[in-house]
Amino acid sequence: MPTALEGITVVDLSHHIAGPYCTKLLADYGAEVIKIERPEGGDPARRMGPFFRDDPHPEKSGLFLHLNTNKKSITLNLKTELGKKIVKDLVREADILVENFSPRVIPALGLDYPVLEQINPRLVMTSISNFGHTGPYRDYKMSEIVAYAMGGVMHATGMPEREPIKLALTVEQFLVGNVAAAATMGAFMGALIHGEGQQLDLSIMEIQVGNQDRAISNLFTYQYSGEPIFRRNREVVRSILPGGVYPTADGYVQFAGFQISWWERICRMIDRPDLIESEYFTKPENFYGNQAVKEEVDAILYEWLFQHTKQEVMEKAQAEGYLTGAINNMEDVFNDPHLAARGWFTEIDHPVTGALKYPGPNFTMSETPWRAGRAPLLGEHNREVYCDRLGYTPEDLVRMREQGVI
Amino acid sequence: MAGIPLPLQGVRIIDMTIVWAGPFATVLLGDMGAELIRVDSLQYPDVNTRGQPIVLAASLVGGGGGSYPNKDPGPRPWNRSSQFNQTGRHKKSFTVDLLRPKGREIFFRLVQQSDILIENNASDVIENLNITYDVLSKVNPQLIMISLPAFGRTGPYKHFKAYGANMEAVIGHTFLRTYPDSDPTSTTGVYLADAAGGASAAFAVLAALYRRTKTGKGQYIEMSQSENVTHCLSQAFMDYSMNGRVQGSLGNRDPARAPQGVYPSAGDDMWITISCGSDEEFEALCRLMDKPALIGDSRFADSLSRYQHQDELDPIIATWTADKDHYQLFHRLQQAGVTAGPVLKVSEVFDDPHLVSRSFWEVVEHPEAGAHVNPGPIIEMTKTPLHIRARPPLLGEHNEYVYKEVLGYSETEYQQLVEEDFIGDTYIVARQHQAATERARGSS
Repeated sequence: MPTALEGITVVDLSHHIAGPYCTKLLADYGAEVIKIERPEGGDPARRMGPFFRDDPHPEKSGLFLHLNTNKKSITLNLKTELGKKIVKDLVREADILVENFSPRVIPALGLDYPVLEQINPRLVMTSISNFGHTGPYRDYKMSEIVAYAMGGVMHATGMPEREPIKLALTVEQFLVGNVAAAATMGAFMGALIHGEGQQLDLSIMEIQVGNQDRAISNLFTYQYSGEPIFRRNREVVRSILPGGVYPTADGYVQFAGFQISWWERICRMIDRPDLIESEYFTKPENFYGNQAVKEEVDAILYEWLFQHTKQEVMEKAQAEGYLTGAINNMEDVFNDPHLAARGWFTEIDHPVTGALKYPGPNFTMSETPWRAGRAPLLGEHNREVYCDRLGYTPEDLVRMREQGVI
Repeated sequence: MAGIPLPLQGVRIIDMTIVWAGPFATVLLGDMGAELIRVDSLQYPDVNTRGQPIVLAASLVGGGGGSYPNKDPGPRPWNRSSQFNQTGRHKKSFTVDLLRPKGREIFFRLVQQSDILIENNASDVIENLNITYDVLSKVNPQLIMISLPAFGRTGPYKHFKAYGANMEAVIGHTFLRTYPDSDPTSTTGVYLADAAGGASAAFAVLAALYRRTKTGKGQYIEMSQSENVTHCLSQAFMDYSMNGRVQGSLGNRDPARAPQGVYPSAGDDMWITISCGSDEEFEALCRLMDKPALIGDSRFADSLSRYQHQDELDPIIATWTADKDHYQLFHRLQQAGVTAGPVLKVSEVFDDPHLVSRSFWEVVEHPEAGAHVNPGPIIEMTKTPLHIRARPPLLGEHNEYVYKEVLGYSETEYQQLVEEDFIGDTYIVARQHQAATERARGSS
């Protein structure tokens, strides 16, 4: 069954997380992604944990295995003349090039867009960098925590009496890859329709500032009301409806509710229909923004919450239409009945680690399948790409290896 | 070079999105040139996006969520809500009532004239309206449709409703981002799921659009926002998968980068992040702090020991940063090769010299909400620079365009539809409320 992106060829010069997540999305939905890795060690993500059975090994990084499904790997030293020539040969037949080097690298290699455009005018080149290719911070360094700090919402994350706190792991870099995939497909469709490619200059900082992870909301709320969103460990007391994190018998849940009509749902959830019509709780001056009344409601809620597990609370709240999620750890996630019922976890085999469970499709298309292919071994596709595609002989490959090219 | 159209010019999208995730998908697509036609209804206000049609003064509690300019909802709150206007750019608003047969007919005409439909309502909404893909694809086989409910359209949580914060709880994100010495009550609700869901949805429909150029056929895409965002937790997911290990929160630390943390800087609630990714970065930090002795200290000699002994390093760094301006620290550290960045307050980010130099901000004038600074398109295209071309629409603002130019209704038919309350610019419930208020005023 043909895939959605069948026929698209991507030259992937990206490494680490953001670029590879972009090209993973392209590869999982059918593009042919040729990942170019450094001959020594390959993508640095191969050196990042977690590792299969805690054995640090370039083919056992869980992060790498997840981020590089369905790709082909070739090794190539971009600093050699032959390396540059090979990139240009691949670009000639490709539709998309993705890279996330710091802005100085590509021009220094002589592989910048004006050069590549001469070879292939329809090429879409997606460049992802910390701060973009222009501006005073262009050459500054960034890591996950810096991205979240400068993007504007870290200041509003955490408890007011403590330091701001980042989100988990490297989620913002994944988000950048996600946006980059959408941008790349947009530019690619433009090139297809209008016959001319272009370069995308994606700035991680700008993607932080302008995305929907509270950033846009914060910028607008501040301008509209003059009030920024503060750090807090509970929702601001907007109403007596539960919002934010609440304890249960065996863990915690996350509630969200804003509309006065939802009071009924909470009353039904805790099996107190007698409170639905309570004039005391529903008169606006008590319902909205009243800390003391909220504490009364919370006291009633806690009594019920401590008699139920987080899963029970979620199911009972959701049955009444109240927005709620159990706060799960990864073991809970792997045992979640919903994900299991949807068959979302996907087993993918691999010659070094054997079969493992991976995250399944980001989305499911009715006519074109998602692919569950494994990540490549370092240089696994050298022969296929260099010999079958570019016409080098096996003897050439030996010489290229001796010369440090592959 | 001059004059290439925007990449998605000529692509028409029906926007039936609510809250954040869906509207973010259409922001990305609209920025790239697609035409967005938002389906509004005079009968059924979209309170999740445009806010309540009648706003109680007592409900105007500050901070977070939607808000109104100067906390004044005005006579038409739905045009003044930040919740809508933050993602309203490039959208055209037309009104229709899908529950009446004539409304269905109007909607089907729009479906015939469109390429893509995006919706992120609760799973049952589209079924109850009987506008599932099975129905719409008979009207237009080329239509691409995506639904992105919180947990997908099958499975035991099919009907669960959730914002990003609730989904992130279920898929394991919240658990991983507490302060390490605290429990999940120390977390703030965050909405990564919305951002990731919107971006993936934009990618998905474009993938289907490409496929359609080959087959001439549309298709249906189902996305569980929760599943989509789980990919972002790769390391914790794969650690459990490979090793059965349940990861906890590392807070602001990172075993591959030590020291890494948030340190106080001069001013009220001002902070700087420092994140040393190598021995060289740590040595540069020590020299800047004028603490060269730390370089030779065995507790801090390598990245492993620095991670183990970071509790001893943190107070030294904090003492050094506490009386210094965070922007000045940022430049000094970066120029010495140390990865660092100020924790920007929302009030500071508008003036950030880098964003200003890249012309990131754009002022958007709105007739009912006023002029505000918007983050510009986050996709920077070199040949077709993307800018905000149109402000958020008023309710029903594009009825003339959609009904007459897109759907071909005559002026007479149009007026008839106004009479029948398909077309208008005020929610019916608000109109009734206004009439009642005026009657009360008249009788008093």
